[in-house]
Amino acid sequence: MASVVVRDYIIPANDFTIAGEASSNVRKILSQLGVAPDIVKRTSIAMYEAEINAVIHGNGGQAHVEIDENKIVITISDQGPGIEDLELAMQEGYSTAPDSIREMGFGAGMGLSNMKKNSDILDIKTAVNEGTTVNITVFFKK
Amino acid sequence: MEQYYFHSVTLDKSKCKGCTNCIKYCPTEAIRVRNGKAVIIKERCIDCGVCIRICPYHAKKAVTDPLDIIKNYGYKIALPAPTLYGQFGPGYSREIIVSALKLYGFDYVFEVARAAEIVTNATKCYMSNNDIKKPVISSACPAVVRFIQIRFPNLIDNLLRIESPMEVAAALSRQEVNEKYGIPLEKIGVFFISPCAAKVTSVKAPYENRVSNVDGVLSIKDIFLPLLDIMKKQGRITKEPFSLSSAIGVSWAMTGGESSAFKDGRRIAVHGIHNVNDILEEAVKGNLDTIDYIEALACPEGCLGGPLAVENPFIAKVNLINEVEKIKMNQAHSVPHEHKDIKELEWKSTVEYRPIMKLDDDMMKALEKMNMIDQITESFPGLDCGACGAPSCRALAEDIVRGNAKETDCIFKLREKVNSIAHQLNQIDSTGSINDDNQ
Repeated sequence: MASVVVRDYIIPANDFTIAGEASSNVRKILSQLGVAPDIVKRTSIAMYEAEINAVIHGNGGQAHVEIDENKIVITISDQGPGIEDLELAMQEGYSTAPDSIREMGFGAGMGLSNMKKNSDILDIKTAVNEGTTVNITVFFKK
Repeated sequence: MEQYYFHSVTLDKSKCKGCTNCIKYCPTEAIRVRNGKAVIIKERCIDCGVCIRICPYHAKKAVTDPLDIIKNYGYKIALPAPTLYGQFGPGYSREIIVSALKLYGFDYVFEVARAAEIVTNATKCYMSNNDIKKPVISSACPAVVRFIQIRFPNLIDNLLRIESPMEVAAALSRQEVNEKYGIPLEKIGVFFISPCAAKVTSVKAPYENRVSNVDGVLSIKDIFLPLLDIMKKQGRITKEPFSLSSAIGVSWAMTGGESSAFKDGRRIAVHGIHNVNDILEEAVKGNLDTIDYIEALACPEGCLGGPLAVENPFIAKVNLINEVEKIKMNQAHSVPHEHKDIKELEWKSTVEYRPIMKLDDDMMKALEKMNMIDQITESFPGLDCGACGAPSCRALAEDIVRGNAKETDCIFKLREKVNSIAHQLNQIDSTGSINDDNQ
């Protein structure tokens, strides 16, 4: 049996006090598994951005994580408003976050591009008024 | 790979009651209670001293050198940590305390505060380099550096690559005495007077393969009464000149003191190892990219809260603030004035990641172990009661998978097992065979 470590997390809506817990937990697991620090860093940044997006834009959601010998696959999904223009949203600095969120230091429009930068495969499925599913894959070996 | 770990923080077995107060507070989950006594997992301990502060039976202690060690050297240099000045209260000025050190038997006093301001000036120069990784994290607290080494490998590059004030003081004082008075180097003994257990470890077992310039570490606790005695009897200031440091150097003992030197930029001063953990967590997430400098100190209120200090840190702080105000009134010492070439103070080598939390070198095996830990954790009650001697149910599950504990160390599991054995005993019939209900 191929060993796969699985984790599921609930991402609560608009709760910044626990936002980031899931990615922090995944970071610890990867360190325990002996994954190289730079890969751990990329993974946790990509996941953290997706997690924060789900908190800010998606009314919360869930994260499903699968880790095997070669890679980690993170699926973060929400049933939020969806992204109208994904291409535009991928641009650095583009943000639809309200001022109240920006004042907290979030919503600088770097989330999606950071995700892209730090993952090996980034797959986003989104539909307006239905929600968004972000799939992040990071490989452990180059 | 067998490795020898020296630690200042150790257990006095005879005093340990086997209670579980310490295991919960240890920031690296380095303590277990086994067979009724606490055991420190050496490779995990960062010498932060939290367990020393928390133990109600004073069974945790920090090993330092005995005061008599100074007799082994012909020429004795004292390096008082600025925390020392906060220990005695009004009426005992820095000048009187430094004089008392000389009367105690030291030939020369070099304030660590003086080295601290040299480090401050070098840090300003270091920070002006645009290539450095921000936020820069102070490396003055050795417990924080070791914490980063085992828990935050991605922040190692953020550490300030400048020697600590203690090491700078040791090197400079040795050189100064040798050049000024012609004392041969081999005759000189350099002694740090410390509030800190982790500094002892830094001297006896420096990061990687470096060599410390300090010959011995004396605890403030040990030297407190002898100094007080001298000051009460003599209460005078010796006439020998010594170069006193500025206010910045002295305030390094308090949280916020070190970073107060930087007028520009955004800086964080955090103290207490659990608060430090939270800030480092933020830093790894990339949330502190707008911060220039993080002064992180493992002890509450900074070095004043060190486990080897005598006075309550909040009271010591008042004493120290008064001293700092006095220095500020004296223009000559109001700004850090001493500079050294940053090249001389920079780390010659880096510190390395110590992946001691790793489950296995083989990724496949590590994954299997992780799954086993998940399963075992699931079967536990999840109360994190600590009765098994591990800080949490998950920590016990990890210990079991690592082969260091067994399932029945959990009292709930033990009770289940006893109940099942009792049940089985009840089923034994007259023939001596067991009637299993399930058959």
